[in-house]
Amino acid sequence: MVTGIGVVSSLGLDREVFWRGLTEGRCGIQPIEAVDCSAMKFKLGAEVKGFDPLAWLTVKEAAMMDRSTQFAVVAAMQALAESGAQVRGQPAAVVTGCSLGGKPTEDEAYRDLYQEKRTRFDPLIIPRTMTNAGASWISMRFGITGPCYTVSTACASASHAMGQAFWMVRSGLTEVAVAGGNEAPFTLGMLRAWESMRVVSPEPCRPFSQDRRGLSLGEGAAMFVLEPLEAARARGAHMYAEVRGLGMSADAGHLTMPCAEGAVRAMRAALLDAGLAAEQIGYINAHGTGTSANDATEARAIREVFPAPPPVSSTKSMHGHALGAAGALEAAATVLALDRGVLPPTVNFSAADAECDLDVIPNTARELRVEAALSNSFAFGGLNAVLAFGSSAYLL
Amino acid sequence: MKDELTQRVIAVIAKSQGVGVETILPESTFVALNIDSLDGLRLIFALEEEFGVDIPDDAAKMFKSVGEVVQGLETLLERKVVS
Repeated sequence: MVTGIGVVSSLGLDREVFWRGLTEGRCGIQPIEAVDCSAMKFKLGAEVKGFDPLAWLTVKEAAMMDRSTQFAVVAAMQALAESGAQVRGQPAAVVTGCSLGGKPTEDEAYRDLYQEKRTRFDPLIIPRTMTNAGASWISMRFGITGPCYTVSTACASASHAMGQAFWMVRSGLTEVAVAGGNEAPFTLGMLRAWESMRVVSPEPCRPFSQDRRGLSLGEGAAMFVLEPLEAARARGAHMYAEVRGLGMSADAGHLTMPCAEGAVRAMRAALLDAGLAAEQIGYINAHGTGTSANDATEARAIREVFPAPPPVSSTKSMHGHALGAAGALEAAATVLALDRGVLPPTVNFSAADAECDLDVIPNTARELRVEAALSNSFAFGGLNAVLAFGSSAYLL
Repeated sequence: MKDELTQRVIAVIAKSQGVGVETILPESTFVALNIDSLDGLRLIFALEEEFGVDIPDDAAKMFKSVGEVVQGLETLLERKVVS
């Protein structure tokens, strides 16, 4: 059961502003400010705007964390404050998803090394750049001494992480878990590297549209408090939605091109783990990056698993592709959709693509209470993770 | 000269794909040469480095054979000389 949600995103610095943005169809993909993109082929991204770490952390704490880690800790602070779950010294765990680690710190360090030819460096570079910094800081700040670790599976990191945390709670290995993902990719190096793959769109991404031209990068974090239903009930905590299942698979195919069979297996595995039938799924939050390859392949895979597919939307159209944090932002969108009875749209939708024959909830959010939902994450290297969520209203 | 350009292109493709130049003919298609989308990206990068040109995305998408690459590069190189 999800009893707390914290979000730091391009749509806003907390859960409610994020959700409002999703329901209003607001697009957080704007001209990039952190990096000078004037010489680049794309200049847009879903950056977190107006984030002041000192509104949450002490000067010293903030100095020891990369931007990516700050996102993670602030999101966790929001989630734990809301949930009221006791974690200090209790059987509790932290699993975060992060693919890039502290890239802003790293990029600056390399510039100092190779360009400025400095020979003396900040001793905090290693602890700031390590991918697990988010998990470590959440553990330290909240006194969580159980299993704490970070999962790195590119664009599926946070989904894998949340799934692992869910399994720990479900199996009784831990009583509370803080899980989610964090990522901050807006550095010149990262943007140039993405540019060379020619998959980033010069305009805000248009998932599932016929004239889609690629993805839009994003940053941020979302963290969740997961605990057993009984504990949530006993405390009278708000129960957003239930994590029902995790499905994982690998394409064993191509390094960057997705494979429908792999996606099918992951979705089916999620349904099986959740004990849900395809017909019970009322909404799918797609991986939906907006690349030519992903959207068509994903649509095919969805049709394979769901003969009568439910509405599908890609919220990446609003919060961008946050890489290691993507699965977490999208889990937040999915959980809130179940909680609030509103399905977020796929915005920037212009024209239907015959190869993506799905109801993609174009441009406008839809009021609809559904029983259960899936959130898909299909990563580079063919690593797939699908989370299944159930409405808490359907629990007896 | 087109022949020389073709030979240079073939050399780049051969190196990128890790095959002998004799396996690549002026009429070879990318499909026949087992050049998939990721290979294609790497190849575009190698060609840009070799010839000192920027190959725009829409041009890159048209490259499906040795002949198309040579043609495309001819155009880009002409533009380079002019500017």
